[in-house]
Amino acid sequence: MSALGILFRREVSLAWGKGGGPLLAVGFLAAAVTLFPLALGPAPGPLAAVAAGVAWVVLALATLLTLERLFERDCEDGALDLLALGAPPLEATCAVKCLASWLVNGAPLALAAPLAAIALGEPARAAPLIFVTALLGGVAFAFVGGAGAALALASRRGGLLTAVIVLPLIIPPVIFGAAAIAAFVGGLEWRTGLALLAAYALAASALTPFAMAAACRNALG
Amino acid sequence: MIAALCLQDLSLERSARVLFSGLSARVAASEALAVTGANGAGKTSLLRAVAGLLRPAGGEIVFEGASDAGEARRAHLHLLGHLDGLKSARTAGEELLFQARWSGAGDDAALAAAERLDLTRQLALEVRRLSAGQKRRLALARLIAAPRPLWLLDEPLAPLDAAGRALMGEIMSEHLAGGGLILAAVHDPLPIAARTLEIGR
Repeated sequence: MSALGILFRREVSLAWGKGGGPLLAVGFLAAAVTLFPLALGPAPGPLAAVAAGVAWVVLALATLLTLERLFERDCEDGALDLLALGAPPLEATCAVKCLASWLVNGAPLALAAPLAAIALGEPARAAPLIFVTALLGGVAFAFVGGAGAALALASRRGGLLTAVIVLPLIIPPVIFGAAAIAAFVGGLEWRTGLALLAAYALAASALTPFAMAAACRNALG
Repeated sequence: MIAALCLQDLSLERSARVLFSGLSARVAASEALAVTGANGAGKTSLLRAVAGLLRPAGGEIVFEGASDAGEARRAHLHLLGHLDGLKSARTAGEELLFQARWSGAGDDAALAAAERLDLTRQLALEVRRLSAGQKRRLALARLIAAPRPLWLLDEPLAPLDAAGRALMGEIMSEHLAGGGLILAAVHDPLPIAARTLEIGR
């Protein structure tokens, strides 16, 4: 098995085990979705109007929650040295870490997202589209969040830095994803939003590994 | 392959502070060089610079016999830092196999290394249950499992007991006898014949 395959398996097993793994993210999603009707009142009108947007914001925050310490642990226990000196380029190593995080946390969130949206008042026929957009959005969140986590390594106020750098970068997928769902439900053209979301996910997965690797090298040196 | 490691007029800085400058040294095959110096003199930084994790402020690090430095660093050296790089929630066996596979070794070689280091009985335990010396031996296993010529060792003996130190001396002697090179940052003398280089004076 190639070195990256070995790393992927290890990252999946680490992400699965540590602190509840996907349960943490899905639990956060469930709790947040439960809170909104309590705060906004039980009338279905206002809730249904914001359901897509709320589901997306909660999805983004749940993903970021799992990504905060993507590199920190490896840096603290010295494993990042080993990863940086490995045979694959550090860019590929960082990308594999993000992909593993997406598989363990993003994919279960994508499965839970249609349920959350329907619970908030979206029609059930939107469920397949919500699943697909959540899956694509998860890729974007994983890579952008990974870049934030890597940049935070070198600074003591890592959490603040992550918020300042990552939050602006997750605005586009939130807009595209929520807009595609709202358009679909409203009977409008929804493919544009989906295409833009896919393009953003692809661009993020292609570009952020370079930023992550540079940030890791900077933190190690 | 690495036939010799050459440090030429090397200087290192950490956060705008000069650790040392004008350091020249050569480690040839079958030779061990023990780097000594006070705390904070730059021993760890020197090892990390050789491994390519830290960019020297001046001078050169040359791997004689290697086609290029990147290749030498990726495939022909092991860095055993003072952190063991082990995940406390995983079992020793899982971590052993990951470190060995990541370094390009097979599972048989990894298990043989564990046996050599007297860790076979610990493999089913979580890493958090191991003592500091056992963790160090576990981290050492990949050096034995995946043979590479240059070993960069940062305080390799620190957490080891007397038997562990003797075993470490035996393993290092074998490595040198096979044409290997060792650059070690130490406070206590190595249990093998080694030249000493003091830095930070």
